[in-house]
Amino acid sequence: MKIVNTSINKMDSKSLVTGKPVYTDDIAPTNALIVKLLRSPHAHALIKSINKTNAMKVPGIECILTWEDLEQNRFTTAGQSFPEPSPQDRQILDRRLRCVGDPVAIVAGSDEKSVLRAISLIKVEYDVLEPILDFRKAKDNEILIHPEENWEALCQVGADNKKNLCAHEVFEYGDIEGELKACEIVIDEIYHTKANSQTMMEPFCTYTHLDTYGRLSIVSSTQVPFHVRRIAAKALGLPKSQIRVVKPRIGGGFGAKQSVVSELFPAAVTMATGKPAKMIFTRKESFTNGSPRHEMEIHVKLGANMEGDIKAIYMYTLSNAGAYGDHGPTTVGLVGHKSMAIYNHANAYKFDYDVVYTNNPWGGAYRGYGATQGFFALESAINELAVKLNMDPIELRRKNLVQVGEKMTAYYGETLESCALTECIEKAKEMTDWDHKYPCRDMGNDKIRAIGMAVAMQGSGISNLDIASAELKLNDEGFYTLMLGSADMGTGCDTILAQMAAECLECQVDKIIVHGVDTDISPYDTGSYASSTTYITGNAVIKTCETFIEKMIQESAKILHCDNDDLEFDGTRIYQRNGEKQITIKELGNASYLGGHNCISASESFYSPVSPPPFMAGIVEIELDKTTGQVDIIDFAAVVDCGTPINPNLARIQTEGGIAQGIGMALFEDVLYDKEGRMMTDSFMQYKIPSRLDVGKIRVEFESSYEPTGPFGAKSIGEIVINTPAPALASAIYNASKVKLTELPMTSEKILLGMLENEKQDKHDFTGGW
Amino acid sequence: MEVKIKVNHKNITDNIPADLLLIDFLRKHGFYSVKRGCDTANCGLCTVLIADEPVLSCAVLTARANGSHITTLEGMQKEAEVFGSFMADEGAEQCGFCSPGFIMSVLAMEKEFEKKGITNPSEDQINKYLSGNLCRCTGYMSHTRAIMKYLKRAGGLK
Ligand code: FES
Ligand code: FES
Repeated sequence: MKIVNTSINKMDSKSLVTGKPVYTDDIAPTNALIVKLLRSPHAHALIKSINKTNAMKVPGIECILTWEDLEQNRFTTAGQSFPEPSPQDRQILDRRLRCVGDPVAIVAGSDEKSVLRAISLIKVEYDVLEPILDFRKAKDNEILIHPEENWEALCQVGADNKKNLCAHEVFEYGDIEGELKACEIVIDEIYHTKANSQTMMEPFCTYTHLDTYGRLSIVSSTQVPFHVRRIAAKALGLPKSQIRVVKPRIGGGFGAKQSVVSELFPAAVTMATGKPAKMIFTRKESFTNGSPRHEMEIHVKLGANMEGDIKAIYMYTLSNAGAYGDHGPTTVGLVGHKSMAIYNHANAYKFDYDVVYTNNPWGGAYRGYGATQGFFALESAINELAVKLNMDPIELRRKNLVQVGEKMTAYYGETLESCALTECIEKAKEMTDWDHKYPCRDMGNDKIRAIGMAVAMQGSGISNLDIASAELKLNDEGFYTLMLGSADMGTGCDTILAQMAAECLECQVDKIIVHGVDTDISPYDTGSYASSTTYITGNAVIKTCETFIEKMIQESAKILHCDNDDLEFDGTRIYQRNGEKQITIKELGNASYLGGHNCISASESFYSPVSPPPFMAGIVEIELDKTTGQVDIIDFAAVVDCGTPINPNLARIQTEGGIAQGIGMALFEDVLYDKEGRMMTDSFMQYKIPSRLDVGKIRVEFESSYEPTGPFGAKSIGEIVINTPAPALASAIYNASKVKLTELPMTSEKILLGMLENEKQDKHDFTGGW
Repeated sequence: MEVKIKVNHKNITDNIPADLLLIDFLRKHGFYSVKRGCDTANCGLCTVLIADEPVLSCAVLTARANGSHITTLEGMQKEAEVFGSFMADEGAEQCGFCSPGFIMSVLAMEKEFEKKGITNPSEDQINKYLSGNLCRCTGYMSHTRAIMKYLKRAGGLK
C-alpha cells in the first residue's frame, strides 16, 4: 500500500487554514431573508390564538408563518433511512408545544433587527398545560405528550403514544434470573447519564432559494443531504424531484447534524415568498433546540464467580427522548448490544428498555450513539466487580473479553473477524506504567494520583441497511473525478476516500478531484453517521474503482485492437502484457472525449451484512485534590484498533477529539433545567466544554488488525473514541477518593461531598482499587 | 453613524447603527474568515487584531473601532499559510471552523512572546495564552504539536 495508511494532508486544508468562505453562512446570498423563530416559553402548552397583525406592520417583514399556514402531515426530523424507526411525530409548526423553545411562528424579514422586533410584537394566547419533566414519571402518565391522531410509528419498535412510549423492547438470551441467582457475586447498580450538547463550533445553519427551474434548493450544514431531501419533501408537501440539497464545508457535526434542525424554516419561507432565505441558529438555540445526547438511566446487574468469570449481564435502560422521538428507538439499542457484546462469554444476557417522551427538548444522535452511555454503565460495573474480587481490572477483562472467531451473542450474532483489543490493553498498560501506578499514589500535599481504565467497541456502519455509492469519471488529460454522497463534516472523509481511490488507481491523490454532496448529481449515500463512511463508502469506492479499471481496459482494447485479457493497467498506462501496444491514461482520456470512443465512468454501490466493531482501550491518570475534589487529567493513553488506519494522522485527531469530548462529558458538561423546564445551561458560560487547559495530555497509539470485509482492512473510528473516558475517569476517581460516582458529570462538588460522606461513615479501612 | 475603519490596509467608510458589533461589520464587508461560534465571548472564533492586539470581535462595538486598523485572516494570508501548513501536517484543522480565530491568536502569541523575549515557551505557557480559543473537533493535542514545530522552524522564535 502506497497511499492508504499514510498521513497525507486533507485536500481542503489550505482553504480551511486561510479562512476561505466555504461554510454555509459565508456563501449565502446577501439578499437572503433573515429567518428567526418565535419560540415557546412553555414546556407544554396549546396555542389558543396567534395575532400577527402588529408584527406584520414592522418595516422589512416579508412573512410570518404559523401552524395554520403550513402542511400538517407528520414526519420525523431524524436523518435515517426510510422507513425511519423514529416515530412520525412532528410538524414544521404545531399547535401543541412540547418543550421550551418549540417553534410557534416563523418570521422572515430583510434584516435581523426588524425580525426580532416583529417577533416581540406577535401576540400568542397559550393554554398552558402541566408538563412531564422527570423522565422516570413519563411512562403511562396520564399527561400525554403526543395524543394526536396522526402520530405514527412506521417500524415495529414498541412505540405507543398512548403510553408516552417512543420505543420498547426486550432482548433475552439464556436464563438470566437463574444465572444471576447462581452467581457468587453480583454487582447491582443504577447509572445516570445526562443530556450532552454536541456543540460543534458552527451552529446549525441553512439557506434556501429557488433555482433556475423553480425548484427548492436547500444549502445546509448537514451530515445527511439525501435524508434532508426526503424529509423536506414530506414536511413541505413537495415532490422529491422539486428539491435539491447541497452540502458545503461543515463546521463539525458529531451527530447533531444527522437531524433536520434548521432546514425546514427557511425552506418554508422560500416556498411562501419565492425569495432566498437563511436561518443561522444562535448558540443558545443550538443548545436549547438542537438534538443533544439522550439522557439515560441504566440499571446493570452483573454476575460472576469468585474467579472473575462473568456469567450473566442484565441491563435495563430508560431513555429520555424528550419532546420528539428523533433517534430515540435506535440510540438505545447500542446501550446494551455494543457494551455487553465485548464480554461475550456469559451464559445469559438480558437487555430491555423503555424510551419515553417528556417535555424536555428532544434528544438525537451524538457520537457514540448510546454505546457511550452503555459503556459508562457496564464498564463502571466491571471496574466495581474487580474491586469486589480484589482483582486487577485488566486481569478481569483479560479473562472475559470476546476473541476473534467467536459469535457475539449480544451483537446480533455476528462473528468477530478482527480484534486487537488485548494488544490495545497491553500497549496502554505499558504506556502508562499501570503496574506501578494502579490504583493510586499519595503525593503528599493533599493530592492523590490515581489511574483507571475502560475498554469499548462500536460498529462500522449499520448492517444490511446503510448503503453508499461512488462514481468515477475519466477526464481528458487523464485525471479523475470521484463523486461521493457521504458528507465530509471535517473528519477528512473526502480525503481518505480519495486516498483509497488513488491506491486502486495507482496514482497520486492530486490526480483525483472530489466533489462535495449535491443531491442532484452525487451518487446516493445514506450519509455520514454510524461510523459508516470509511467502511461503507470506502468499500463502495473500491468496488467502483475495480469496475472503472475494467472499463478503461475494455475501451483501450478497442483502441489498441487487442483482447481485454492481454491488457494490464499500471496507473499511468494500459499496456499489452506480452506485446508492445500501450496507451497512456492521458491518451485514453483524450480519446474518450472524441466521437468513435466512449466516455468512461463507473458507479457501484455497497452495503454490508455485518458491522465489524473497532475496539479501544483507554487508561487515564488523574490527580485529585483532596481538599476541593478537583480532578486534573495528567495523562490519557488511548490505543485503538480500527483495522488499518487509512490516514493515521486524521485517525489520531479523531481519537484525540473524541477523548476530549468524553472528558467533558465525564467531568463537567451538564445540561440543567429549571422547574419550568427551561434550560439553564444554554451558553458556553454555563455549559462548559473542555478548553486546552482541561484535557491534560492525550496520547494515542494504534494496534492494527486486518478486517477482511473492510476496505484495505479498515474499520471505522468516528464514534468509538468517545466511549472510554467516562468509565475510566469514574474508576480513577474511585481509586483516588473511594467515592463511587454513578451519575455524570462527575463534578468536584460530587466528589468532595462523597469524600465527606465517606469520612462520616468511616470507611477508611478500604484497600484495593476500582 | 459614520465610521472610518481600516481593514487589512484598506479604508472602509460606512454608515452603521450604533449597536453594530464588529464581527457583523466585518462579515458584512466580506471578511468571512471571522466566524461566530457563540454569543457570549467564550469561543474565540471571532478573534481579529485591532492595532496588532487580538480581540474578540463579537465583544467590540464597531463604533469603538472607529479610526483603528483591523487585521483579519484575509490580511495575513502568507502567515496563515505558513502556520497553516504545520497544522495541515498534523491534521489539526479538522472541520476548520475554529481555525481562523485560532490562527489569529497563534500569530499574535508568537509576536507577544517575541516582544517579551520568550524564546522557548513551554506547552503550559502556550496553552494558557490560547485557552480562550475553543475547538470541539481536535482535542487540542495536534494544535500544540503544530505550534511547537512552527515556533522551532527555521526563522522561528530565537
Ligand atoms: S463568537 Fe465566540 S467569542 Fe466571539
Ligand atoms: S477543527 Fe472543528 S472546531 Fe476546531
